[in-house]
Formats: sequence, C-alpha cells, structure tokens
Amino acid sequence: MTERAWIASRKGLFELQQQNGRWSLGPIAFLGEPVSMVLADPRDGAVYAALNLGHFGVKLHRKDAGAAQWTEIAAPAYPLKPEDCTDPVDWTVRFIWSLACGGADEPGVIWAGTLPGGLFRSADRGASWTLMHSLWDAPERSEWFGGGYDVPGIHSICVDPRDSRHVLVGISCGGAWVTHDGGASWSLSARGMRASYLPPERGDDQNVQDPHRIVGARDTPDQLWCQHHNGIWRSANFGADWQEVSAAPLSTFGFAVAVHPAEGDTAWFAPALADQTRIPTDAALTVTRTTDGGRTFTALRAGLPQQHCYDLVYRHGLAVADDGRTLLMASTTGGVWLSENGGDSWRTISSSMPPVYAVCFQ
Amino acid sequence: MATLIFTPQLARFTAAPQVQTDALTLRTGLEAAFSANPRLRAYLLDEQGCLRPNVAIFIDGHAVRDHVRLDAPLTVHSKVHILQALSGG
Repeated sequence: MTERAWIASRKGLFELQQQNGRWSLGPIAFLGEPVSMVLADPRDGAVYAALNLGHFGVKLHRKDAGAAQWTEIAAPAYPLKPEDCTDPVDWTVRFIWSLACGGADEPGVIWAGTLPGGLFRSADRGASWTLMHSLWDAPERSEWFGGGYDVPGIHSICVDPRDSRHVLVGISCGGAWVTHDGGASWSLSARGMRASYLPPERGDDQNVQDPHRIVGARDTPDQLWCQHHNGIWRSANFGADWQEVSAAPLSTFGFAVAVHPAEGDTAWFAPALADQTRIPTDAALTVTRTTDGGRTFTALRAGLPQQHCYDLVYRHGLAVADDGRTLLMASTTGGVWLSENGGDSWRTISSSMPPVYAVCFQ
Repeated sequence: MATLIFTPQLARFTAAPQVQTDALTLRTGLEAAFSANPRLRAYLLDEQGCLRPNVAIFIDGHAVRDHVRLDAPLTVHSKVHILQALSGG
C-alpha cells in the first residue's frame, strides 16, 4: 500500500503521509528553501532532495531509509571550463531538473539532469558525480536552446528496466537522446516529433524538439509517453520512433505526463489552454486519461476546481504510484490533489502550498 | 592578520566561523577558510571558481567588484565581510 509521497516546493520539501486510510501533510524539510527535485529510490529506500539555495548554489541531500536526518552529499558540478573553450554556456549548474535511479542491477547509480543541459551519473549514491562528456561534447549541443529558461536543460531520464545501459533523456529544447552503451555514446531519438514553433523547414529536426516531459512504463518499457510543447507523442520502441497522439480533449499543450506502471497504454496528462495562455481551459482544472494508447481520452474533473482556477502543473507535478491507481498532482500556484481511483475523482490536499516543482511517491 | 567574517546565514547550512589569515589576497584568504571547512567552498564559489552571483564581499567597507579573479589585496588589518547580496524575494 502506498503510504508516503513527497512534494518539492519553492519553500521546502513536504512529506505526505497516509495513516489509517487518510492522507495528510507531515514533516517539512528545508523549510523556506527551494527544492527543485525529489527522488525516492525503491532499491534502498533512500530519498534525494535537490536544493537551489538562492545565494549559495545548488545542493543535494539524501535521507537514508530509517534515518531521521538528511545528509548533504556532493552535488553535480561541471569540470573547470577550458580557457580556450568557445562554448557560450556557463559551465555552472543552475539547478537540478531531474533525478533518476539506475537499474535494479546497479545499486547506488543515480542520474541527474541539470540546467544548463548536462547529464551527470553517480555510482556511489551521490558521494561523487561524473559529467557525461559523451553527451555534453556532442556538437549538436550548440543548437540546443532554452525552453522556459534561457539555457537548455535535461528534465527527463528514462532507464530501461531490461538493460541499465539503455537510457533515454529528454531535453528542452534539444530533443530526446538515447544511449545503448551506458553513456559511452549517444544519438538523437526524437524521430517523428514535430516542432510547430520553428520555421517549417526545421520542424522535423530532431535536435530542436521540445519534449516537455518523457516517462516510461515500468512493466512495458518499450512504451514511452511524451508531453511535447505542441502536442502529445508516444513511442512503442523506447523512443526509436514517435507517433503523434491527437485525440486528447481540451488541449494537447501541457507539461506533465504520468504513465501507468503496469499498463503502458494508460497515461494521464494535465492540459493547459495554450502556449500563449498557460492556464487550464476555461479556468477549470482537468486531467485527461487514455487507457488505449491514445486512441480515446477521458476528461477527469471530479474534485478538481472548476471555476476561476489558474493552476499550472509543471513537468514533474504529476505522479502515479506503483499501484497504478493513486495519483498526486500539484501546481505552480500551490494546489495539491490526490486521487485513489486512477483520476476518476480527486480530493484537495491543499490549495495554499508554495509553488510546487515536483512530486513523487515512495 | 586579515579577518574574514561570514554572514550568520551560512551557519544554517555549514560551519563558517570567523577566520584569521595572513593571506595577502582575497582568494588565498578564502582558501584558508575552505581548508578549515571544505564544504564552504561550494557555498561561496561556483565550480568555475567564481564568486556566486548572490554573494557579496566587502573588504574594509568596499565592495569587491571582480567576482572572477578574486585577487583583491588584503593587509594584516583587513576586515573582510562575506555577505548575502540583496536579491530574490
């Protein structure tokens, strides 16, 4: 039974606990500090929290299973920039935008994606980090650009549960990239995506795609879902090809997507009206769900605010638990909602939280 | 010896006691503080060795403008204040 979830917010990390069938907010860590990302590692029960201290930089903390305290560990950092380097990007981590566990067969491996768009790997539970030079040095990186930020960033990391050397990352805006050899080499993996925000002759360019979020299914790992800047895409072959899904009601613009862990044809989205108007359609919050691979969708509204609601759900603001039924969603205006029936109905956890950057179940 | 005085805000995250140093430049003075507490380095400098944008340093009341070289001279009487720059909200 799912008993705990985490809410990473502009003003701290909140614990959400279930006791006697009732969910309630519990202890708060890092009160007042921006927590840009949180990761619960099912392999050893540890939780990782990425901080973005306003004055003192990016920090990473870990709480081990059963521990009462958080411990500061190493944060991803770029190597010293060579003096003759012409890269206009500052080699300074602005914040950690994604964290992911390595495979079950590689205990202690953690991946981190940052702004600017670096991918880091730790083999020792965050005691040290190594920049994936193979991706950072790709010549195509010079054409990446920021989506929502003035530098590109890595927000999605999908590790193939069948083969830990097989990893796909999503970049705003730099498309999707995949490695089949544990990071020794990378190649673009956004074939089929389409960028409507660029001149038509660049629309199919894999390297300029803006996948807002890419998630995979635990038990059917070939199935990936992508909430893209101008639509929804899915892949049936771990990103080798992508097919656009156009049946979603209300809007195909949004940031968040969650996929059922056992049923890869089931996914949830939190649509916003449009790129230019980032509010729920008709100011009424709705989650859309498909259970047939995107052929049809259901608009889910029960329990969600339907009047004067301007909440926007960011990339990591929607999560589904291992049971495939418990969903947690949180917004940039501090709304937090929980569903225990796959999104059919929701209840409000809070409507006055700080802006939420990420949620996850443990 | 020059005296380095750190904002008490840093104590929320890591130890930053006052440091006495015979260093003759700001950077070597900071290195003296980092040698006492290596974690302090990443709170004040980024990975390129530059002062973080929202950290301010004053030497004898004068703001340090160069955030890259950090080679401003220190004297045995220097009072160096490492503060939070006013920013954010």
